[in-house]
Amino acid sequence: MRAPDDFRAQLEALRPYLLRYANLQLRDAASAEDAVQEALLAALAGQASFAGRANLRTWLTGILKHKIVDAIRRQAREPVVSAEADEELADFDDLFTERGHWNERPAAWGDPDGALEQAQFFRALETCLERLPSRTARVFMLREHLGLETGEICKELDITPTHCWVLLYRARMTLRECLQQTWFAK
Amino acid sequence: MKLLSCRETTRLVSQGLDRELAFGERVALRVHFAICLGCRRAARQMKFLRRAVRELPART
Repeated sequence: MRAPDDFRAQLEALRPYLLRYANLQLRDAASAEDAVQEALLAALAGQASFAGRANLRTWLTGILKHKIVDAIRRQAREPVVSAEADEELADFDDLFTERGHWNERPAAWGDPDGALEQAQFFRALETCLERLPSRTARVFMLREHLGLETGEICKELDITPTHCWVLLYRARMTLRECLQQTWFAK
Repeated sequence: MKLLSCRETTRLVSQGLDRELAFGERVALRVHFAICLGCRRAARQMKFLRRAVRELPART
């Protein structure tokens, strides 16, 4: 059995990682700090349930995911800034012609599976995610990272399914374009 | 059957990742894919994005 101080130190060592993870999804430094703090407290209180598990980081990330969903629920009650709403609605006018065909055909991505082996690729992906409008990014991460169904996301964020699909579409198209430019074209 | 533009196709591909598409929608996609390399690539890349984002964050 580990000494409690040792356990606490191990948790603390993971704080920077947890903060980065929370920031990526919450897009708000204060909420991210709060979520991480809550997760660390819950982990300390639940030390017994960790006993014997292999990976502290995985266990802690699992706790943090719940705190992030809670935080997004709280954020959903706050009004969206109108500038951001405008940004979300910006259309892909330069991507398609008036008749809806590609202006420039998407290029093939060489060896995407190889990219998944590289830490640098994930850095590039994080940078692209940071460029998304924050609500779009939150919806996208709830769906694609946390794996929530769109029905749940709509309910949590109080938006219509159609709106949800539009945000997800924009996120995917924007990220595709961003990765094309910052990673695959290099 | 209505032919899809690339804009409509990418929109439908994205929705296909979030809801079950109707039979007619799936057929329309298949028809469009048969003639459009750009949309085939975009579809593959959106699916790849899903796999990549599941594995975030970077292990550094």
